Amino acid sequence: MTTVLSAQDLGRRYGRHRALAGCTLDVPAGQVTGLVGPNGAGKTTLLTIAAGILPPSEGRIEVCGGVPGSGPAQLAKVGFVAQDTPVYAGLTVAEHLRMGARLNPGWDEAMARKRIEHLGLDPAQRAGKLSGGQRAQLALTIAIAKHPELLLLDEPVAALDPLARREFLGDLMQFVAEYGTSVVLSSHLITDLERVCDELVVLVGGQVRLAGEVERLLATHHRLTGPRREAPLPPGQHVVSASHTERQTTLLVRTETPIIDPQWTVDSLGLEDLVLAYLSRPALEVLR
Amino acid sequence: MIEFQLSSRSAVSPYQQLVQQVRHALRLRVLRPGDQLPKVKDVVARLAINPNTVLKAYRELEHDGLVAARPGVGTFVVATLPGVSLAALGPLSHELRQWLAKARRAGLDEEGIEALFMTTFRTAPEEDTA
Repeated sequence: MTTVLSAQDLGRRYGRHRALAGCTLDVPAGQVTGLVGPNGAGKTTLLTIAAGILPPSEGRIEVCGGVPGSGPAQLAKVGFVAQDTPVYAGLTVAEHLRMGARLNPGWDEAMARKRIEHLGLDPAQRAGKLSGGQRAQLALTIAIAKHPELLLLDEPVAALDPLARREFLGDLMQFVAEYGTSVVLSSHLITDLERVCDELVVLVGGQVRLAGEVERLLATHHRLTGPRREAPLPPGQHVVSASHTERQTTLLVRTETPIIDPQWTVDSLGLEDLVLAYLSRPALEVLR
Repeated sequence: MIEFQLSSRSAVSPYQQLVQQVRHALRLRVLRPGDQLPKVKDVVARLAINPNTVLKAYRELEHDGLVAARPGVGTFVVATLPGVSLAALGPLSHELRQWLAKARRAGLDEEGIEALFMTTFRTAPEEDTA
């Protein structure tokens, strides 16, 4: 597996607060990776460090084979759309493109123009007058027209209405289909991530709690319901979460093998339930 | 050309939904040999799904000998599936209605009927068609 982002024991302090602590992670190249976790889990800190904007306090990180923030060559490899998809309110759409062209050596002017036209944006319009969806699309245009190897997006659709969200993610996926760019995007909307991601990383308290291929995560986790039981499960079946009533036991289990015990009713899980189960659990799980 | 739909409530995985929709279109003759499947980049843009989901579906259809990829051009239908003739549907649906009436007389409600159908459907061997 080629990795596009690799972190070992990465940490970041803000005064006495540790936003990231002992974060170890490998993000495969050529894939779309979703980053989820509660507010304050360290998602933004991780993305900002990977973009080279914020230096880590401890640990190592490698992005596209280089060290983030090490110079213009490194900068050219990474596209970053920060939270709330910021643009310069006083600049027009055309001025944003001109700035993109000046600042990025690999700038694809034809692509940028085509996208602006396709989106129906007026080049003379000031960015401050754009709708939330249009602003996000402008920010995405600038990030992809530089043809990065890795595109980092921090909650790009959080503030968008459902239609704008669908259009934004559709355009992003089309770009991925055409160029095979690696993407890491954070979001609270797990149903969106389930559609667009190959890989999922769950971050809690500044550390990776679960990481793996979405399809594999879904295939290896099951919900078992049956008569109350506290005896341990057969080897190879790991309990992620358990709840009991007087007569009934419900388990969320990870296993590579089919569950044959007829006592259990076995159900598949949605990604959202799976993620929630890990959010309320202390251990570290990395599935490869 | 067909247009794919994706149901997020379905227990069927997204790539399987795409496979089923193509197979369904082949049976109904909405898709015929020579027809082109939607381009991957168009499907992902419209549905906002991961390109690998579409590629996986197309690969499975190719493996089943139903479509073939022409590099740089697209993916085309090369075979078809036996269709369901409308003539056969009438008597089958008539029998099913009779059976449903019997099941209700036996005291089964909708849930009971669905549960019985699904368990029987899952456990009945496919070669019972003789």
